[in-house]
Amino acid sequence: MKNLFIPLVVVTAAMFAYAPVAIANAPYESTMLLIQKIFYFHVPAWMAMYAGIVVCGVASAVHLFKNRPAADRLAVSAAELIVLFGAIGLVTGPLWGRKAWGVWWQWDARLTMALLLELVFIAYLLVRQYGGPGSDKLAAAVGLFGMAVSPFVYVSVNIWRTIHPLNTVVPSLRPGMRGAFWFCAVAFVLLFSILLQLRMSLAKEQALLDDLYLADDEGAA
Amino acid sequence: MTAAIAGVLFVTFLGGPIAAQQPPAEPQEEFLPIDQLPPAEQLPAAPLLVTAYAFAWVVVFFYVWTVWRRLGRVEAEMRVLEKRQMHRGDGPSGVNRTGVR
Repeated sequence: MKNLFIPLVVVTAAMFAYAPVAIANAPYESTMLLIQKIFYFHVPAWMAMYAGIVVCGVASAVHLFKNRPAADRLAVSAAELIVLFGAIGLVTGPLWGRKAWGVWWQWDARLTMALLLELVFIAYLLVRQYGGPGSDKLAAAVGLFGMAVSPFVYVSVNIWRTIHPLNTVVPSLRPGMRGAFWFCAVAFVLLFSILLQLRMSLAKEQALLDDLYLADDEGAA
Repeated sequence: MTAAIAGVLFVTFLGGPIAAQQPPAEPQEEFLPIDQLPPAEQLPAAPLLVTAYAFAWVVVFFYVWTVWRRLGRVEAEMRVLEKRQMHRGDGPSGVNRTGVR
């Protein structure tokens, strides 16, 4: 995987360099015009967040039931990225909404649930940071809970009447928009995988440091 | 002076209810594309779009910077610990750089 890191960075950088061209060349949506182009970063950010939720949830389950420290490191790395990409989604959405809806925020089902999902993973990180000994298991349970509730956020627009666009927007995109959208989606998922590897290397070093401290204490005793 | 105060009070306390009883403006009955709205009601899209894209990049670069900074701090701590063990004559601690659980 280490051998893949540099080529992955190069490909992702090239994709993000080309992304503005692809977005600019995509046709305008007939009613929203320019502001609709936020969509090309907004939805892919949520997709990267969902990739993180799956990684964090599965790794949390493995750590919780099989007690694997490597899975715990993967879960905490993914949780940070969930908060990062969730923040991008939560900020770019209202910037679009201000123009499209006339308001920055509405406490409707989709928006509120998306905010709560972000808060669940902020809680995960807070538990890890300040929970003390044993907090890794507690946080793993929170990660698993976050994964379990995430499908409800996705289907919320179909269950409740909200002002948020439906999930059918992506499959019904016009050909010119579809290409640009999936290009950005792939770029975001690649960015997620790069950041995950980067964060994992930090988690590995931190685990090594903890082992060194343990060895140091044993040597001093 | 008294008349002026009375006028202000009249407007303050009775102006609101009187205005509230005015018939509402003619409701708009058809969809109006946003590019046909009067200029006062139009909100420029470009600053919002630029802010959205800029925010995404600022946040990602800030995150990479925090990871890089934390990595530097951990490595510095590691060097201090390794030096301390060497000075104490413990030799290698038995923990190697690939030996993470």
